[in-house]
Amino acid sequence: MTELSTVRHPRRTRATYVRRAIVLAYLFFLVVWPVSLVVIHTFSDGNHLVAALQDPVVVFALQMTVVVAFWAVIINTVFGVGMSLLLVRYEFPGKGLLNSLLDLPLSVSPVVIGLALLLAYGPRDGTFAPLLGAIDFQVIFSVPGIIMATAFVSLPLVIREIVPVLQEVGTEQEQAARSLGAGGWQTFRRITLPSIRWALVYGVVLSLARSLGEFGAVKIVSGNITQQTQTATLVVEDKYLEFERGAAYATSFLLTLIAVAALVIVTILRPKEKK
Amino acid sequence: MGIEISGVNKNFGDFVALRDIDLTIPSGGLTALLGPSGGGKSTLLRIIAGLETSDSGTIEIEGQDTTRVPAQRRNVGFVFQHYAAFKHMSVAKNVAFGLEIRKRPKAEIKRRVDELLELVHLEQFAHRLPAQLSGGQRQRMALARALAIEPSVLLLDEPFGALDAKVRKELRDWLRRLHDEVHVTTVFVTHDQEEALEVADSIVVINDGRIEQIGTPDDLYDKPASEFVLSFLGPVTTLGDKLIRPHDIEISRLEQAAVVDGPITRWTRIGFEIRLEVTPTDPRYTEPVQVTVTRSEATALDLHQGDHVWLRPSVGAQSLPTP
Repeated sequence: MTELSTVRHPRRTRATYVRRAIVLAYLFFLVVWPVSLVVIHTFSDGNHLVAALQDPVVVFALQMTVVVAFWAVIINTVFGVGMSLLLVRYEFPGKGLLNSLLDLPLSVSPVVIGLALLLAYGPRDGTFAPLLGAIDFQVIFSVPGIIMATAFVSLPLVIREIVPVLQEVGTEQEQAARSLGAGGWQTFRRITLPSIRWALVYGVVLSLARSLGEFGAVKIVSGNITQQTQTATLVVEDKYLEFERGAAYATSFLLTLIAVAALVIVTILRPKEKK
Repeated sequence: MGIEISGVNKNFGDFVALRDIDLTIPSGGLTALLGPSGGGKSTLLRIIAGLETSDSGTIEIEGQDTTRVPAQRRNVGFVFQHYAAFKHMSVAKNVAFGLEIRKRPKAEIKRRVDELLELVHLEQFAHRLPAQLSGGQRQRMALARALAIEPSVLLLDEPFGALDAKVRKELRDWLRRLHDEVHVTTVFVTHDQEEALEVADSIVVINDGRIEQIGTPDDLYDKPASEFVLSFLGPVTTLGDKLIRPHDIEISRLEQAAVVDGPITRWTRIGFEIRLEVTPTDPRYTEPVQVTVTRSEATALDLHQGDHVWLRPSVGAQSLPTP
């Protein structure tokens, strides 16, 4: 008994405080301090945020980022749910291979992904160049390519959130729904979807954050054309290199803000749901 | 009528789950599929429900061939061992599910749900979530949910298997009474012979993918068709060269015509019953004989551990030759 309680309520010795200090220092120097510097620089010597929001290049890039992230998240949500169901509920040859392939986008450098897409869909010597040229549909150096690259890099995030939940929930509830007369779609909408709802929301938020921040793959496939194919992260780099550092800080600040806001909203919503 | 199963086979890879099952389950009865785990009884139940497909054979429910009908159109109520409660829905919503799928009018659904919740004694829990119910309550909810669609047959897969002994016993009695009220053709799977003997009108003993015997509880207990049925339905011991139930042995402290005699070498008292082991003096019989007597019998006969006793089958006892 005494041992149990020691484990639960450790006596606060000096070592406890040293450990805490190490963790806090680590987090502070790696995350909190650098990010807060971005915020500080955004608002030091004049309000860069207002200036940046009046710069058409920045505004265009922000809009572009939102549009791209939106479509990438939609695509990943639909495919993510479908893929997860496939992986958990069905047996088929090559399942193990598919499962490991799904982690590829997370492990391969985004630059490589950008190059790969360029080779496949490029306008001059890409594999599909003749076909895409024939229907006059430009993928690379255009919005579809940016969406593809973004969807590619954030592909596994929704799936990796949903799969463990689907496995844990099992199939009994679905079978019960079937025996009560529900068809495939009704079972999915009334039983499966509500049980994976929170995993899905988490996956979507993670995907969204990843999509907003994607840089490497997008840089290659977009061509980085100002006011045509430039996303917010690309603007940050450009402005920084062109010594318009204020605009770079302000854009970074906005990107951080959106990501943090998404996480905060989920954290606020979630406990309410549990009651 | 009822359920007509003919020529059903089912394999899972190399494993033969069911072979050539022919079975008629009468309409309106309460039938138990009894057998050891992995014997195929759950598979058979799932095939009747359409949750599993048979490799060959046909299933007819109330005169209709349902072999190719998908589960959602068989109108079969199914109750799972682990309840399969819809966790995100209230108890009332769980029960209403089948009716909402059938697009019944709101007022009718409400009336029916209230009726069913009353039937399963869960009226005051209508707005709780399944997680806030005990195991027994969850299973009663699952039963109400299955009954809501007015199924042509009600199938229960080890319905009380996950509950503790006391609740299991209560629910057993309750299922029997419910069936007497509702009269829907009911089939339940169990590996607990006591449960089957107590609740069912007829019992189908399934072992190793085959039907061992079909009959009323009395038939099965008194006239077991095989050693397996005899030993599965209750305790069995070897007396001489016969298999016999330990309580069907007459025990005496006085020398008399007997099959086996020897000292009482073990004495275990469980409540009102005493289980004895008698080690035969005859070297041909190596296994000790199990004998069950009541406490009052033991007192009347003045039995004690170590006493030399004479054993023979009591009058009218059922026995089978040893294999």
